[in-house]
Amino acid sequence: MMDFGFVLSKSSTVDLNKVDLSMYRQLEKLSPDVRTCMACGSCSATCTAAPYSGMSVRKVILGLQRGNDVSAMLSNCMLCGKCTMVCPRGINTRNLILNLCRIHETGGRNDR
Amino acid sequence: MRPNVVIIGGGIAGMEAAKQLLYLGYSPILIEKTARLGGHVADWYRLFPDMTPASEVIENLKKDIQNANVFLETGVQFINRLRDTYNVMLTNGVSINCHAILFATGYDLFDARKKEEYGYGVYNHVVTNRDLELWFGGNKDVRIPERPKSVGFVHCVGSRDMKAGNMQCSKVCCMTAIKQAIEIKEKFPESEVYCFYMDLRLFGKKYEDFYISAQRDHGVHFIRGRVSEVGENIDGTLQVKAEDTLNGKPLKVSLDMLVLMAGMLCGEKTRELADGVRMDVDTDGFFKSRDNIYNVTESSRNGIFFAGACTGTKTVPETVSEARAAVLSIHNYLQQK
Repeated sequence: MMDFGFVLSKSSTVDLNKVDLSMYRQLEKLSPDVRTCMACGSCSATCTAAPYSGMSVRKVILGLQRGNDVSAMLSNCMLCGKCTMVCPRGINTRNLILNLCRIHETGGRNDR
Repeated sequence: MRPNVVIIGGGIAGMEAAKQLLYLGYSPILIEKTARLGGHVADWYRLFPDMTPASEVIENLKKDIQNANVFLETGVQFINRLRDTYNVMLTNGVSINCHAILFATGYDLFDARKKEEYGYGVYNHVVTNRDLELWFGGNKDVRIPERPKSVGFVHCVGSRDMKAGNMQCSKVCCMTAIKQAIEIKEKFPESEVYCFYMDLRLFGKKYEDFYISAQRDHGVHFIRGRVSEVGENIDGTLQVKAEDTLNGKPLKVSLDMLVLMAGMLCGEKTRELADGVRMDVDTDGFFKSRDNIYNVTESSRNGIFFAGACTGTKTVPETVSEARAAVLSIHNYLQQK
């Protein structure tokens, strides 16, 4: 390849028509309350792991809706359940994370 | 003989006021510039929060004001202040002497063509909230596809927009968008529906219930970001761009149809009329009340009153309540005379 002295950056635009929602759709089945998240951020604000690891339940949910890879964040969750206590929409976030881990572990087969 | 009261505007505010004035024994004279009563609400199909048919509200009001003097297709040429009465000259040549005038002149729906980047009147499948309500009500609209697979709602079109000359929040559009999003999902359960918002302002009775239901029961997608531009693809679908501000990344999506939530502004004609009687306009462009806390229905001029959206954006129940409040203000004013 000819070197022109510059490279093309990859576009950061999220194309909603091409986003892979399979993981989110599976989660919707196991934790239907995920749909009611209004991205207030209480979960991330109270998260013990957040300041050290970047864990954020809000970002996990949004990431799934936008096709981001959230597996690294999941591994930082200690399942303490504080986020569940503060969620104003009453989403069982701890259970949601557990369900997500299950989906990841089974490669999305959900046969447990 | 009870004194005359002239009501300018035959929308729900004017009709409700006429009804209450009749109850109190006055003879209201209702002036409406169009050929039918009901104003904007008559264009609407169903009203939140209980999905009441708008036609039901209008028809009930019509029955209640059968004994009022109604002039349709009539405007006000000018208003003259006499010693302690007003002379109102109508466009049909009738001149009315009255003790009190109620402005129930309502609002103008923002002309969505002014936000050129959204392509209303340019692209084939861009409609407004009003167009969609008319279509729900049975009107044909070639812009609305037979079976849309994806539909977008753009909040704040001509609201909270300094450049469009309209600073204020139109208040009802967030709720209307969610109501219409649910109605679209009910009609087309297979479709994906996206709401593009800056803030969701769901302040009223049961509005939050609608929001949760849209998310939980209908899977409506809420994207926090103002749509920056819309383009048309060769296949006729619309390419919509926004920043997904929660994700911190630009976002695009192709949609079969886009609904623009046009906001409310104080009517230009209304302002011209107000100039004639040197009525004050508030900093937001709407009529200025004597006091914005407890004298909203009174103007700074004796004998001139307000009801409804001519003093600011309002919901239907707010407008109806205000019409009643205005009638009480008028009644007290006339009693003291």
